[in-house]
Amino acid sequence: MEILMAIVIGILFTCATYLMLSKSILRIIIGTGLLSHGAHLLILTMGGLKRGAVPLLGENAASYVDPLPQALILTAIVISFGVTSYFLVLAYRTYQELGTDNMDLLRGNEKNE
Amino acid sequence: MNNIVFFPILLPLLTAVILMFFRNIRTQKIVSVLSFIVGIGISIYLLSTVHTDGLQTLNASNWDAPFGITLVADMLSSILVLTTNIIAFCVLLYSFNTIGVAREKFYYYAVFQLQIVGVNGAFLTGDIFNLFVFFEVMLMSSYVLLVLGGTKIQLRETIKYILVNVISSALFVITVAYLYSVVGTLNMAHISERITEINQPGIITVIAVLFLIVFGLKAAVVPLFFWLPRSYYAAPAPVLALFGALLTKVGVYSIFRTYTLMFYHDANYTHVLLGSLGLASIIIGVIGAVAYWDVKKIVIYNIIIAVGVILYAISLNTDTATNGAILYLIHDMIIKAALFLLVGIMVKIAGTSDLRQMSGLIKDYPVLAWTFFVAAISLAGIPPLSGFAGKLLIVQGTIETEAYFGTFVVLGSSLLVLYSIMKIFINGFWGIPKDTVKKPSKSIYTMLVPAIVLVAISLIIGVGLEKILPYISQATETLMNPDLYIDAVLKE
Repeated sequence: MEILMAIVIGILFTCATYLMLSKSILRIIIGTGLLSHGAHLLILTMGGLKRGAVPLLGENAASYVDPLPQALILTAIVISFGVTSYFLVLAYRTYQELGTDNMDLLRGNEKNE
Repeated sequence: MNNIVFFPILLPLLTAVILMFFRNIRTQKIVSVLSFIVGIGISIYLLSTVHTDGLQTLNASNWDAPFGITLVADMLSSILVLTTNIIAFCVLLYSFNTIGVAREKFYYYAVFQLQIVGVNGAFLTGDIFNLFVFFEVMLMSSYVLLVLGGTKIQLRETIKYILVNVISSALFVITVAYLYSVVGTLNMAHISERITEINQPGIITVIAVLFLIVFGLKAAVVPLFFWLPRSYYAAPAPVLALFGALLTKVGVYSIFRTYTLMFYHDANYTHVLLGSLGLASIIIGVIGAVAYWDVKKIVIYNIIIAVGVILYAISLNTDTATNGAILYLIHDMIIKAALFLLVGIMVKIAGTSDLRQMSGLIKDYPVLAWTFFVAAISLAGIPPLSGFAGKLLIVQGTIETEAYFGTFVVLGSSLLVLYSIMKIFINGFWGIPKDTVKKPSKSIYTMLVPAIVLVAISLIIGVGLEKILPYISQATETLMNPDLYIDAVLKE
């Protein structure tokens, strides 16, 4: 199971890297989204995968999974959600102001304006 | 257990929330100033408590360490929190006349406070995942501060800044996940204990290097500094001062903490790598500082040099060098803030940041010129200013460990730093005044006051070193003996 997850995470990271290397801002943002998905899945996998158990059912539960990675993922998801939405709004505003979403044209010149 | 540890984080957070309810800008200013005065008071109290009673910890919601989130104030954190509050206060005063109504209306002061929440939080936390959260708080507010105002250059550079930081945040989460799977804990003291138990196998060294990449991206270490010069260039002067003085230093602090507390068993590999990156940063930074003719760019490249010097000192891993690193870190935060404020004034009165089109400012602005001169020689490390003591200790450290190449690079960089900053002084202040220079006005002098205060603090640190050194060596003692930290956190 862990091996399978590792492959899935690897595919996510590959796609994220590919998308982030493209020129369009929108693709780059989707790339960052995939990157954070990969990172979240990685936390889950690193806590160890178990079937048929819940995080906590009292002290006498027969089996339970590590609840900590789930708490971490929750935090990380909220943060990446916030950053992504901010990033999207910023990209739209930049497009309105500068009239392009091509990173090649957003380089700036000697005068920096 | 001491609740005081939490106040440097809580106070700016509450202030930020309160500020959002006031539409009146004058009220916002008064509340911000009051908040920072109280904040400085609290940080001084925290510092003296740590000085007399040793490390202070706070287990959030009474969850015992290592299960809950622990906040830890050791000497290094307390000193940095105090420095942060003082710098932020000065930058805030400077903002009053420079930032402009357009930015003030869009909650500049509230976001400013949130930025301080993130920085103080990063200094005070004792939990590696919590460190990530405070990094995000800090970054989110820095995204807003950087783009606030919405000029073309700001929008363009913020996109790149966010992209770099999103990638480094993802890498941070990934690294924490790896670390968690190996040691099964997130409390820094507990991590350190467990790494000692398993004697740092290869996988921990890999994680240490990953952390170096994550924090190095924040600290702008060569080769991860490429984003810094351009995005900082886009920021308005007060924001630039805040970023230049605080944000990169949080990265440096994190490297300091992780490399002295957790990953110190395989120093032959990790610390040598850190040292080489430090030296490379000094060299590349010097090349940038000497090459540019833009005042902002010159000072921005000086950030990279300073980061290199501090990281190199950390990598030496001796008492003397660590003393030097801490002292230099504090010095650099203060003097960089002062320099960015002064450069901001220069750009404002000359109407350009290009040195070739600037000259003769000293005729109308003698106070500005001489303040800049003192700040410049402090940056280069001329006694009796604060830069000298730190560099002296670092150089002493390199000689003790017989790292003569390091001695050469650190001393040589000082000379070139002096050159780069004197280039600003000679070209900007000397010569025949240009017609485009604005005449002195009251607002220029109110802008000067915070910068003078910061330069005066640098002078006080330099002259009153005898009084400050016990605090620094107490910080070093905790850093060099991780057991002190571990005992204070886990065995209370």
